Amino acid sequence: MDFSYTIWIILVPFFMFLLIGLTGHWYKKAAGLLGTAGLAFVFLASYYTAYKYFFEAGKVDGVYQQIIGYKLLWLSFTDKLTIDLGVMLDPISVMMLVVVSTVSFMVHIYSLGYMKEEAGFYRFYAFLSLFTFAMMGLVVATNIFQMYIFWELVGVSSYLLIGFYYDRPSAVSASKKAFIVTRFADLGFLIGILILSYYTQTFDFQIITSQNGPAIAGAPAQTFMGFSILTWAMLLIFMGGAGKSAMFPLHIWLPDAMEGPTPVSALIHAATMVVAGVYLVARLFPIYSFAAPDALTFIGYLGAFTSLFAAIIAMTQFDIKRVLAFSTLSQIGYMMLALGVSGYGEHNGLGYTASMFHLFTHAMFKALLFLGAGAVIHAVHSNFTYEMGGLRKYLKITHITFLVAVLAIAGIPPFAGFWSKDEILVAAWEHNKLLFWVEYLVAGITAFYMSRLYFLIFWNKTPHYHHTPHEAPLVMTGPLMFLALMAIFAGLIPFSEFVSPDLTPYHTHLHYNIAIPSVLIALLGIGVAAAFYLKETSYPDKITAALKGLYKATYNKFYIDEVYMFVTHKIIFGLISKPIAWFDRQVIDGTMNLFGIGTLWASRKTKGLQSGQLQQYAFAFVAGAVILVLSFVYIWA
Amino acid sequence: MIAGIPLTHFLIVSTIMFFIGIYGFMVRKNLITMLMSIELILNSVNINFVVFNKYLYPHQLHGHFFSIFVIAVAAAEAAVAIAIIINVYRRFNSIDVEQASDMKY
Repeated sequence: MDFSYTIWIILVPFFMFLLIGLTGHWYKKAAGLLGTAGLAFVFLASYYTAYKYFFEAGKVDGVYQQIIGYKLLWLSFTDKLTIDLGVMLDPISVMMLVVVSTVSFMVHIYSLGYMKEEAGFYRFYAFLSLFTFAMMGLVVATNIFQMYIFWELVGVSSYLLIGFYYDRPSAVSASKKAFIVTRFADLGFLIGILILSYYTQTFDFQIITSQNGPAIAGAPAQTFMGFSILTWAMLLIFMGGAGKSAMFPLHIWLPDAMEGPTPVSALIHAATMVVAGVYLVARLFPIYSFAAPDALTFIGYLGAFTSLFAAIIAMTQFDIKRVLAFSTLSQIGYMMLALGVSGYGEHNGLGYTASMFHLFTHAMFKALLFLGAGAVIHAVHSNFTYEMGGLRKYLKITHITFLVAVLAIAGIPPFAGFWSKDEILVAAWEHNKLLFWVEYLVAGITAFYMSRLYFLIFWNKTPHYHHTPHEAPLVMTGPLMFLALMAIFAGLIPFSEFVSPDLTPYHTHLHYNIAIPSVLIALLGIGVAAAFYLKETSYPDKITAALKGLYKATYNKFYIDEVYMFVTHKIIFGLISKPIAWFDRQVIDGTMNLFGIGTLWASRKTKGLQSGQLQQYAFAFVAGAVILVLSFVYIWA
Repeated sequence: MIAGIPLTHFLIVSTIMFFIGIYGFMVRKNLITMLMSIELILNSVNINFVVFNKYLYPHQLHGHFFSIFVIAVAAAEAAVAIAIIINVYRRFNSIDVEQASDMKY
């Protein structure tokens, strides 16, 4: 089977970006339809590829193959060290094609309605196409350097889209924050790539992750500060992933990134770009598993901590997009944890499968939550839950689809989130009991804060609306309904038949001893939320008053932003940059200024010699000549 | 014609002319007079050329050539100098050299 057509999955959005970006201002409104048509092609081609790969061409003797659909030698440094650009198809990249194209296509359609009034409508679609191009190039990368290139491209398109409303100062600073934080993390990524490729002499994923390859079989023996050199390389590479996936303590950019338009939050900051870090770890999983297990353990603990940390903050927020942002952090923490507790081969690889499964289902229901939140914001023109309430009467379709997504993320069967979260919990139970209990707790908290959000928006007391909220048009509710179907049924996909770390399918089954308690804690979370928020009650205020300091700290996101401000402003700017600036201004510039001032002084003192009086010059000339002659005659001779 | 007159007499005459020229150039304020002083300096040099040629290398003519060159250059120089002086006069309504000091710092 020839997969070379898959290059068009990348190129079509790129050409759409150029076309819309360069000529969009001539036909403004049609730009949206054009971009959506391009994405429709990508969507169909991705599904066709997934079908062909998983059911016809991908499997040989019961093992999935890594198929190079297209490859172009781009840069050749030495015989071994070359950078290719190409398309690699394997189970996770094909799955990501489906995820990215689905969410991106839905967001394109949805934005036709949501962004209709915006002045930068065509610009928005150009950037969306740029993002889709970059994300597709990232997931099908054949080598780590291609991945890095597209990694930066998704970073820049994220920057452009967060700063879409560039006349709002908050959006501008949020876009800069996102770019700088992720760019800082990518510095670690680049160093990690360089270390890894220095010791393995290759960038290619197939070579680098193979069992007999230079990274695993021929792992370098050098150690640095007690850990092997590969552990350091993989930790640095993970730093890039942690920045993009907003792991603690690099998570600070994601909540602020909600300044962008809501469809962008759904596409980039919930479903696709922020899981790039998870995808990166999964892509290099054999190296983590065999050559750098310490790094993998670290990833597991960091994921668990982030998921707990973000879930606690999410309970106290009132901006619905921020609640969703923290819930995204928490769910990505889940995925990282699942990778951290995964082994290799057969049933041991359950964590890996579960992580990819959760990535898939999370993309669907989180995109649905964001798009639903967009519909709510569209109706009431506010982001804050205290200006909402009772909306179930006005927004019927949004209400039902939002409810589906909430149940999915809370882990209620048979919705998608239940199945993937259950697999993660099983994997955690089998490998690390501590992480299991953390995740079990987080499952309950997740159910609580998501239902809290749901009840605050759609139930509770109805505030006085200036004008009656109205349901969104079909272009917006259509994607909601499609994603709701995905959120209901995606969990029924037998993921272990498709995705496993050793590319060999295996069977999983539901573990009732884990599934039943996890459903119970989810129901408990929903029940508590219902008791607090279904009608307006005084419980939340009482608890808030009881936990005064703790609540305040949580509401302010544990002051992490303030810590960053302290570190950057007080310590880096104050203690390092200021003395350096002083040295530069006073010593370096001072020396230069001294030369300048000296020259000026000397010229001021001597310029009187140029009097303009010809006869003075003549006198000086003659006197000089006389002195020269006399000195020649009497001294030199 | 010059037989019997020793070399030093010629040199004394040319030295006197030279320093009269220098003196005039440095003391007189009138540009025309200064130009004339320069001519005196040049002519004293011409005398030196001719006389040294005659006394040291009587069968060669290099010194004469040089003095003819100097005369030609002096003529050209006089033309240029007078052109400048005319322009100075038009600008300042005077040919006093101390008036023409606009270009000082």
